[in-house]
Parts: sequence; structure tokens; C-alpha cells
Amino acid sequence: MTGVVKRFPGVVANDGVEFELRKGEVHALLGENGAGKSTLSNILTGLYRPDEGTIELDGTPVVFNSPKAALDAGIGMVHQHFRLVEPFTVAENVVLGNPETPFVIDTEAIVERVTELAQRYDMAVDPRARIWQLSVGEQQRVEILKVLYRGARVLILDEPTAVLTPIEANALFKTLRAMTAEGRTVIFISHKLDEVMSVSDRITVLRGGRTVGTVDTASTNTRDLAAMMVGRSVDFQRVVRTAPAQVDNVVLEATNLCGIDDRGRQALHDVCLTVSRGEIVGVAGVAGNGQRELAEVIAGMRTATAGTVTIEGSPVSNGKARSAIAGGIAHVPEDRLHTGLAAGHSVADNMALKSYRSPILSRFGLLKRQAITSQAADLVDKYDVKTPGTDTPVRLLSGGNVQKVLLAREFSTQPKLLIAASPTRGLDVGAIETVRARLVEAADNGVGVLLISEDLEEILSLADRVAVMYEGRIVAVLPAAEATRENVGLLMGGANLEASR
Amino acid sequence: MRSPLRLERRLEQPRWLNWAIPLLSLAAALVVGAIVLLITGKNPLDVYQRIFERGFLSVRAITGTLRTATPLAFTGLCAAAAFRLGVINIGGEGQLYVGAIGASLVGLWMGDSYPVGIVIIAMVIFGAFFGGLYATIVGVLRAQFNTNEIITSLMLNYIAAILLNYLIFNSFSYWRDPRSAGFPSGKPLEKRTYWPTFEIGGVSIPFGLLLAVAAGIFLWVLYRRSRFGFEVGIIADSPRAARYVGIRTKWTIIVVTAMSGALAGIGGSSQVGDFAHYLDAKGLQLNNFGYTGIVVAALARLNPLGALLVAVLLGGLTNAGYSLQGPDFPSGLVGTLQGLILFTAVAGEILMKYKIRPNRAARKAAVAS
Repeated sequence: MTGVVKRFPGVVANDGVEFELRKGEVHALLGENGAGKSTLSNILTGLYRPDEGTIELDGTPVVFNSPKAALDAGIGMVHQHFRLVEPFTVAENVVLGNPETPFVIDTEAIVERVTELAQRYDMAVDPRARIWQLSVGEQQRVEILKVLYRGARVLILDEPTAVLTPIEANALFKTLRAMTAEGRTVIFISHKLDEVMSVSDRITVLRGGRTVGTVDTASTNTRDLAAMMVGRSVDFQRVVRTAPAQVDNVVLEATNLCGIDDRGRQALHDVCLTVSRGEIVGVAGVAGNGQRELAEVIAGMRTATAGTVTIEGSPVSNGKARSAIAGGIAHVPEDRLHTGLAAGHSVADNMALKSYRSPILSRFGLLKRQAITSQAADLVDKYDVKTPGTDTPVRLLSGGNVQKVLLAREFSTQPKLLIAASPTRGLDVGAIETVRARLVEAADNGVGVLLISEDLEEILSLADRVAVMYEGRIVAVLPAAEATRENVGLLMGGANLEASR
Repeated sequence: MRSPLRLERRLEQPRWLNWAIPLLSLAAALVVGAIVLLITGKNPLDVYQRIFERGFLSVRAITGTLRTATPLAFTGLCAAAAFRLGVINIGGEGQLYVGAIGASLVGLWMGDSYPVGIVIIAMVIFGAFFGGLYATIVGVLRAQFNTNEIITSLMLNYIAAILLNYLIFNSFSYWRDPRSAGFPSGKPLEKRTYWPTFEIGGVSIPFGLLLAVAAGIFLWVLYRRSRFGFEVGIIADSPRAARYVGIRTKWTIIVVTAMSGALAGIGGSSQVGDFAHYLDAKGLQLNNFGYTGIVVAALARLNPLGALLVAVLLGGLTNAGYSLQGPDFPSGLVGTLQGLILFTAVAGEILMKYKIRPNRAARKAAVAS
């Protein structure tokens, strides 16, 4: 690919990208959110067309008008969000949309071929199983099989490990190796440095829509890559706090909280937790151990079946988000774009999402549009949100800027408690730094911060105390000094600290 | 084979599209309609000119047009109000019938003993209340049990029609005129309680239309400027975000659906008070006001003020159809045109989201061959 340019309103997503792929390699595409990785892969697979530049395949210029055209040329993509039909079987999904599939489907033949493909690349998956019965890792294998079945020579994987456990990720890497050994080529999109180092042969780094450079993996290291990615060296040290936690000033007191999840199973068992002024309390745990339910119960989005929540001693009405907001609870939910924000609404509307009822922004039930716009303009300025304007829908912003909008709004309500659920997930290195700095700044200013994260590194580098959740219970609360990787890791896995000593 | 044109997703929807696309749709419908007319051996320009004259150009034409536009304005607002929230209330038809039942009930009951103003106000309120209450069935089912409102509201239309027939044809109800033994009909209102009309330059404007304009303006302000409208927008965009900030989603669904039904209900009141002056079971069912209202809302892109304009436009078309009907102007023609307008309006919707670009590769391929 030479000189590829793609413009969107207000943004140039690809601004002269150079990219060269050799047969049989795993080529990592590394870059921050908004660096242009997704745009580039969408161009390669025919979803977008470049405004400028050329793509050559085996030396001949090609133009892909549709994903089908790209697939016919042997380029297939495994998306981050799967495109599978849940009630269908694996085999059915694999042949779905394949033009060679005859009108009457010979299930047995397909199952045989799928099994054969799966075995060749060491991907354990039952072709007769229905998609909804499969784990996320298995579903990803189906996506890969789908592309292989179509005879793809080049596979593009968009952040494939984001949804995988470490074991599943290792299995995936093995599969990728098996495929390249047969002469297939893999483009591996990621922003995780370690992973890129361990899986790829060569790495192309993108920044701000341009190619920074292509390097051989053997001749580089994570520090250099990080520098290429963000344009400056980043250090991963534990953050230094300027103000200590005020331990006798309790902000949040949650007592004996019980709650059920969306499927009606008990997800919280007698959870007790306190957060003091200026304190960052980390909640560690493997995903799905009740962290989301805990955050939602405290934020009033979910009704507790038992227990109480108080903020600075005054109770918050159970299951009433407005009461929680009025009580001073800010909440940065895991799902930013569709829970924390209304994606189709403008930046200005989203900035006002929690304060539109205040007398500053509305009177007699009518909104003061000018006040809403000027408040948004101030926040965009203060939090350095990169957006074409305050009337741009937030769904058009990049991941990091989406999070900035959300944080700006939550901080602007001057909270007493801030619940941050996976606040840096999916963000690039630069944005992660900004978000973490904001959390620390908030704590330094006396806000109690409840940081829920699956990223242990994040919790260990930020939290004053670490609560570990396992199967809906808080199994331990450790002060920072005792919260080592090993200790917390053991507790997350359900082990008993005393017994394992 | 590649098509010479391709669709490209729009990332932003410029404001002018809100005007340009409905107009373009209308123009496209007229062009297709012209082809149909040519095939049937008519001169399209001549036919369109006559429609325009009979719909909009004379005092009599405008009077008739406004008369037809009045119920369409109400049912259009009814659909727009609910669609804005993402509640597809297609029960405007039934809600209008039930509103007419409510309005005629109170009109007959109060007619000879209360001051005219009070009776008229009571008819408006009862129409709104009955229509709103009827729609609340849909709203509550949707809010509490997540029932598909398209199905419930559609089914309730049939029930309302059966109720209407029962009251007039199959029973000796309060609404039925006891003197109409041969051919059953509704009991007439007192003459003094007929709704007033207002003359401007010879054009008579029914009171109901003024109510519709007021309702349109109210709805526009509500959705564009009010906190309630903001909440409706958030729920429509992202129900989870609404839950996150504590918006009372269920309550809002019920209120909006009731309001939507109330608008159709006032349309029913207006049918009784402005035009028929009795519960006209046959007449109400003849015109499909409720279903045409969905077309009105869709063409207006759910904009309440737009719905008023579109109602007048479609009203004019329908009205011209009535007065031109004859051997050289088939009665199906207006229906055909309306269908075409709806068709092109729905097709035009895709242009809101996508833009058409020439397909460069196809052009090159064509040159090469």
C-alpha cells in the first residue's frame, strides 16, 4: 500500500500510509487508538475506499469495492466484534454468505471440511455446536475458520486478544504460526506491546494516521516500540500521590450489599466496602465475579436485594440513579459509548446528560441551549477533547476522546465518590496516561475513587487499598504494601492466602 | 457486472438534507406518477395542473383541502410523537375512533344544557382522554412487559372498529339515533354545539385545524427544547444510558404513548365536532386517517411542524382526487400517487444515511472494454 489517504469529516484518518506485507509473515500493526489502524484494515478489506493512494497485490494494482471483492482476492478479516449468527451451528456460520454454498446445503460435507480445517490449525471447536453455546475464544475460532474456508491467503485480525484469556491467546498465537508456516500471511492489529513482541515477525507502527516505520521484531524492544507509538518515551512507574488518603473521612460505606445479575442469579453476597476521602480503592478480580453488579448497585442503576449504601453518612435510595447522582456519586461505566453516553447525541448533549435538570441548564422544564453549548465548549477545552465541534455526535469520536467526554462530564459534577470501571480498557498508551493522571488528580483533590479493573498492573500502580472479588464476595482487602502481584493473583483465583503460605 | 453507482455511508447528516430529501422524494414520485399516467394515455402535466388547481388554487379548493388536512394533521402528530421515542404506535386509526366516541358521548350528554364553549372544550378533553386512555393499553404493555407495540396497537385498531360498528349498527346504544330505524346512524349533536369555523379571505378554517397547529407547535417545543423531550431523545438513542442517568423510561413510554393517542383522539373529536356532527361509524372508517397519518409523519421526518405541512399537502391531493373523480380521472389515481410518495419517501430515507458516488472502478472497466 502506497500513500494511502482517507479523510472523514474533520479528521484525516489515514494520511499517507505506507505498508508492505511479505508472504508468510505475521505482521503486527501497532498504534494508539485513532492512529488509523482500523481505517487501514477497513480499506484493505474493501469496507472503505481510499481517497488517495494505491494498493498492489502481488505487484498488480487492485481496487476493492466491497468486502466480497477483497475476499475474492484472498484477503479476509476477523473483526473484534464477531459477526456470527447465534442460533446457527458453527458449520452453518462458516458457510454463511459464501457464494459457493449451494442452495441445498450438504451439512455432512461441510462439517467434515470444517473439522479438517480446524484440526490442521489446531483450533478445537465442535462444528455442530451452536454459537451461543461457545465461549468467546471458541467464537473467535469460528470467525477465523470462516475466513479460512473462503480460502483467504491474508488474514487480518483486529485486536484478537482483547476478548481472550491468556491461555486462549497462547493457543491463538500457535494457530497463527501454523498458518504462516503454510504460506498464509497474518496482519495482527494490536496496541499491546508484549503481545506484538511475542507473536510477530515484523511490526509497522502507525501514529496520527501516518506510518512511523516498519521494524523487524527481532531487532527491537517494547520500550522502543512504545516510543515510536506515542512519539516520546513513557514510563510505567507507580504514580506518586501528592495528598495522602484521609482515612477517618469515610465517603462511601457499603454494608452487606446483595444483588442479582441480569440472568437473575445472585451476583453479590454481603459485600462490605468503604472508601475514604482522597483514597483510591482498587477492586481486582477476574471479569464476571460481581464487579459490574457492585458498581451498578452503588451507582443506583441496579436494585440491591439487601444492604445499604451511604455517602458521607447519608443513605442513597436503593436502585435510584438520580439519588446516587445527587448524593455525589460519579460513575464511569465499563460500556462507555452506550451506557455512559448516548452515542447518537452530540458532545454538548452528552456533557449535559447528568446536569440538564440543574437550574443552570434548564428552567421551567425548558432547556437553555446556549448554556448547554457553552458548558460543553468549556469542558472540551479543559479536558482537551479532540472533536470537530460540540454538535458532533460522540459516536464519531475516537475511543480516547469518547472517554475524555465521559470523564469531563463526571468530574464536572464535582463528585464525592468516583466509580471507574475499566476506565482505560481499549485506550492507547497516551490516553491511558491521561485517564490515570485524572483519577489521581481527583483523589488528590479529596474525591474517593473506586477503581474497578481487570488490569492488575493498573490497580497495583494506582490503588491505596486493593479489594479482591471472587464469586460475588470481597475475599480480602489489602493495603497497597501487601498487595503484590502474587497475593492478589492468588486471591483472584479463589485461593486462600493463609492456606497457600 | 459492477453497477455504475455505489452507496457510501454518510458520517454526518447535514441539516439541509432534512428539507432536500423529502422534496426530492416528492419530485421523484411525481416523475414516476407521470410515467404511469403516460402509460394510461393521459397527459401528466395536464393532470398535475388540474390536481394543483383543485387542491390549492381556489378558495373552495383550499377550504376543502384544510378540511381533509385536519384529521391527517392529528394522526400525523400522533405517529410522530410516538415514533420519536421509538414506540411504533400505528394505532392512530383506533385511537381516533375511540376519541370520536368519547367526544360524541360528552357532546350529546352536555349538548342541551351547558354553555357552548364548555361543551366544545369538554369534547376536546374527552376525545383526548379516550384516545389517550386507549393508547395507554399499548404503552403499559410495552413498558411493563416489553410487548411489541406494533402488534398491540394494530390489533386495537380492529377492536375499535368493531366497537364503533357495535355502538351504531348492532345495538341501541346512547350514540345511536333512535329515529334512524331503517338505516342506523349516530344521534346528531345540537346545532349550537357545532364547532366554529373561521373565515379568512373566503377560506374557512375549521376549529380543529387550529387545535392541530397549536398541538404541532406544542410538540415541536416539547421535543426540541424541553427536558422531557431531551429524555425522550436519550431513551430512543440508548436505553442503557437512560437507565444510567436515572431517566424513568417506563413512565416516559407510558406518557408519550398516551400523549400520542390523545392527539389522535382529538382528531376524532374534530371529526364529530367540526364535520360530521354525529358519531359517523361508516365515515370514520372510510378514510384510513390513522394509517395515512403514518405516511404524514414519515414524510415529515417526525418533525411536528413538518407534519402539519405534509398533512396539508396530502390533504390537497386527496381533496383534488375527490373533486376530480370521474371517467377521465380514475379514483385510484390519487391513491397511486400517495403510494408512490410514501414509497419514494421511504427510499429517500437511505439518502439520509448514504450518499451516492460514481463507481470509479466500474467506469474504468467500461473504458477498458
